[in-house]
Amino acid sequence: MSTIRIKAKERNGMVDVKALMKHPMETGLRKDKDGNKIPEHWIQDVAAESNGKTVFAASFNTSISKDPYLSFAFAGKKGDSLTLSWKDSKGETDTAEVKIA
Amino acid sequence: MDRRSVLKAAGVMTAAATALVALPRLAWAAYSEKAFKAKGAQDALSSLYGANATTPSDQVKLKAPDIAENGAVVPVEVETDLDAESIAILIEKNPSPLAISADLPAGTQAMVKTRCRMGETTNVTAVVKSGGKLYTATKEVKVTIGGCGG
Repeated sequence: MSTIRIKAKERNGMVDVKALMKHPMETGLRKDKDGNKIPEHWIQDVAAESNGKTVFAASFNTSISKDPYLSFAFAGKKGDSLTLSWKDSKGETDTAEVKIA
Repeated sequence: MDRRSVLKAAGVMTAAATALVALPRLAWAAYSEKAFKAKGAQDALSSLYGANATTPSDQVKLKAPDIAENGAVVPVEVETDLDAESIAILIEKNPSPLAISADLPAGTQAMVKTRCRMGETTNVTAVVKSGGKLYTATKEVKVTIGGCGG
């Protein structure tokens, strides 16, 4: 199952995107119950593409909450596809695609 | 070429084609390790944008709660009427203040909304890069330690 949930809705030529990514976003500062540091593990990069064109690209720090939420808007139209991907500090990635409603 | 080598070559080609498809097609933002690890807001801006001279502007709109009961999840929104190339959010008192930097290609609205962590009561600064200059808006968010709510 994808770790990404996307809602993309067009209104007056602008596509409003709301995305939720499931990720622990460990800061590296937290300790487990035995007092050992939990290693940092966070989403570093997020990028979104529609019609072969990058419409949004962001980098995150560990200051972004667990299960990151991201919202942005771009000029696009209903029926087009939107792809959103993330890449984390361990090199893991995930991608999801939706049709713009 | 006998049958075996033809099959082998075909297999290699299929593997290569799969590898190509598996490659991320998206263009990642250039991750600036230095900016994100910087311990101070000024250093983070210097590493990210190559400059840290900022101008406060009322055209940069920063929305964040006055009081955050739970510092683990604080909604922060940045919007601007300026022609923005990039938006960044800095949380001054966090161990590394730079929380997010977003690149905005032409056609993308100058807006970003996310949820941030705040370790303690802190100033939050929204930075908008427009025409090579950095414009900011700052707001203090009071964080109720303990996060028990209301």
